[in-house]
Amino acid sequence: MQEAAVSMRHISKSFGKKVIANHNVSLDIYHGEILSLLGENGSGKTTLMNMLSGVYFPDEGEILVNGEPVSITCPKDAFDLGIGMVHQHFKLIDVFTALENILLGLPKENDEKSGRQKVEEICSKYGFDLNLDKKIYDMSVSEKETLEIVKTLYRGADILILDEPTAVLTPQETEKLFAILKNMRRDGKAVIIITHKLNEVMELSDRVAVLRKGENAGTVKTSETNEQQLTEMMVGEKIVLDIKRDFVEDKAKRLEVKHVTVLNPDGKKVVDDISFDLYSGEVLGIAGISGSGQKELLEAIMGLQHCEKGSSVIYNSTAHGVHELVGLDTKQIIGYGLHLAFVPEDRLGMGLVGNMGITDNVLLKRYRKGNGPFLHKTQPRQTAEKIRSELEVVTPDLEYPVRRLSGGNVQKILVGREINNKPTVLMTAYAVRGLDINTSYTIYNILNEQKKKGVAVIYVGEDLDVLMALSDRIMVICEGRMTGMLDGRTATKEQLGYLMTKTGGAE
Amino acid sequence: MEHRHQKAPLFHVRKKDDTTFVQAVLIRAVFIILALLVSALFIFFVTKLDPVSVYMSMFKGAFGTARRTWITIRDACLLLMISVALSPAFRMRFWNCGAEGQVLIGGLTTAAFMIYMGNKIPTAALLTLMLVVSAAAGGIWALLPAVFKAKYDTNETLFTLMMNYLAIQLVEFFVDFWDKKQSHSVGIINMTSQKGWFPALFGQQYAINILLVVIITVGVYIYMNYSKHGYEGTVVGESVATARYAGINVPSVIRRNVLISGAIAGIAGFVEVAGISHTISKQTAGGRGFTAIIVCWLAKFNPFIMAVISLFLVFLDKGAAQIASDFGLNEFASDIITGILLFFILSAEFFINYSISRSEPGKEAH
Repeated sequence: MQEAAVSMRHISKSFGKKVIANHNVSLDIYHGEILSLLGENGSGKTTLMNMLSGVYFPDEGEILVNGEPVSITCPKDAFDLGIGMVHQHFKLIDVFTALENILLGLPKENDEKSGRQKVEEICSKYGFDLNLDKKIYDMSVSEKETLEIVKTLYRGADILILDEPTAVLTPQETEKLFAILKNMRRDGKAVIIITHKLNEVMELSDRVAVLRKGENAGTVKTSETNEQQLTEMMVGEKIVLDIKRDFVEDKAKRLEVKHVTVLNPDGKKVVDDISFDLYSGEVLGIAGISGSGQKELLEAIMGLQHCEKGSSVIYNSTAHGVHELVGLDTKQIIGYGLHLAFVPEDRLGMGLVGNMGITDNVLLKRYRKGNGPFLHKTQPRQTAEKIRSELEVVTPDLEYPVRRLSGGNVQKILVGREINNKPTVLMTAYAVRGLDINTSYTIYNILNEQKKKGVAVIYVGEDLDVLMALSDRIMVICEGRMTGMLDGRTATKEQLGYLMTKTGGAE
Repeated sequence: MEHRHQKAPLFHVRKKDDTTFVQAVLIRAVFIILALLVSALFIFFVTKLDPVSVYMSMFKGAFGTARRTWITIRDACLLLMISVALSPAFRMRFWNCGAEGQVLIGGLTTAAFMIYMGNKIPTAALLTLMLVVSAAAGGIWALLPAVFKAKYDTNETLFTLMMNYLAIQLVEFFVDFWDKKQSHSVGIINMTSQKGWFPALFGQQYAINILLVVIITVGVYIYMNYSKHGYEGTVVGESVATARYAGINVPSVIRRNVLISGAIAGIAGFVEVAGISHTISKQTAGGRGFTAIIVCWLAKFNPFIMAVISLFLVFLDKGAAQIASDFGLNEFASDIITGILLFFILSAEFFINYSISRSEPGKEAH
């Protein structure tokens, strides 16, 4: 048997007494293979890899590289051992060019000329497409990803770790990345890819190591497993991976969005002349590369963004009549009692107050209610109790700061508060990002229930499989422009991927 | 193998989240004892004095006589009041470093009213008037940076600091303007008539000072924790995006809370001038505007803990002055002693929140 490139033996790492990130984890990676490290959010994948790349030092256990015990106390130790990691959040300097970023911090002999030559060699060897003189701030996410990989290879990485590399890529970009990774495998490199996307695991890797709650949940050959089995290993129990999509016959127009245009502080159009109608009893999916204007569009409807002249959003509900929303601010929208619910992308930074408990967070949109200068908490406390019991939120008590709860519980509180007010329109942005599989399905179910109740639901998502399974219609946007509106039941991934990168807008 | 062990980090620092109340109290007690021991060593070896008698003298300096006790309480109250003044701004993450200037301006307005209106209206009316105008003056002094912060997002730390210098210069100008004897001092205002001075209450000279501080402290506590306004301020402090999401008018909340903050600091200036010193100089605030920042932070904005910390700091201050005079030490020696005490007491907070363990080389190799 071939010797492992990296061997992690009985690794444990904890933060404080309560947070055990890894417990007695062992892992082998061989040259010439792609290993998927699979697990739910919070299962300790990134922590484990951070101990290989020198970010953390293990509390217990040992690491062997090519059979030799090693001690990795800082990222430089890792580089010296040929271990390179591409983090989920890129470590690049915005005002430098690609080449400058690659050479940054290296010894003098890496001058621009020889450096450029070597980088170009790497690029042609593996098939990277990279403009070395482009500044980082001009780069797309996919270019930055490429650059990060080239950077680690330039530094002599033999063992490459990628942390959720496809999270922000389009299907086409993902394909390109995978082709490169396969080239690297052919070249004898050991590649570890951290992910929670099962289809990618199946497509790309040779073996899959699964972590669950910080511990080994098994390692299997990709050819001998399937998605259902992997899910069960991740979650630790059997679960049904079906989203039940009903068809609601009775539809009424709830929102009429016309020519909405939003400028960012630099005067660039982040939402560019978007028009669509939204009906009760439907889920409208919005697909697009992250940062294509999804956030601004929803915020514009909520009165949180300034809309340019000519924009119009007509809100039409049986209970509250017809209102033009453009020109109203959020306080007025809440004050008029318009039932627009909004689950923003940034849960603790926008939807909730992290240091407050459930009760005070329920209070957030209704603290003005009641006479006098003081807060009235009786009703919110009851609502908080209701949310806790109905959505099974795990918390010591209603006043416990929500930021200390798990991501799933945080999102249940936010969604719970928003649906509690019986919304006419429910807008959600990346509602399942970072959540475990069980909670994700809880959220899908909630959205479908709301739809059946006649709520008009907007679902901004990133996982195309989910978008296609959940949405009745899918709107695609690219660089702030709408590039297509597809039927959710017939749309294909290729179509979506094409429209997501179609910069010219719809014909 | 040897090589590997040398490279492992020396210490592991871990965040602790399960310290119980009793443990926290014990850790603090241990550190206070350590502090006393270490400064005892300093006293014994460097100043060649008897540590016990030095500590006794410290205590006497603060609480030795009834009058000293009252003065200690009076000064602690003033520091507490300025700390409480900071909390509405700090809770909102508006770093008001301008309490010093706001106190001075409040004191300056008070002095002006004592000088010009002292003989014209009855004391009760004069005191009420001075309370209102000093609050207004301090409020306006703080409001200016807040307006710019709310509108143009300027840096409030720098802006409020600069306002301090403006206040100091203004005070210097008026001191010379009112100074009749070319002594660069106003002297005691209304020395004989005592117009505009706080009258004694229940036979206690500083009763009004203490009463005012208690009312304001409790008032601010209720306002911050139970009112709609207080809630808005907390949300803005936690996240501006969340506040906007909830339909809160962020600029107006910033202006309002900072106005309140400055107004209370202004009132502290009024208490200092009308209730304690009866004069005005650029030393009137005496650095309390900055000390209050420490108090406010250490107490994590809880006014009751602020009271304890204020008292402790004033105690150290009085004690240091006393040992300096009792033993003929220079001020620096007594400052070193209080420095050692403070250092250990603050260190205790680190050990309450973190645990440190030595990395065990045997463990990795097992």
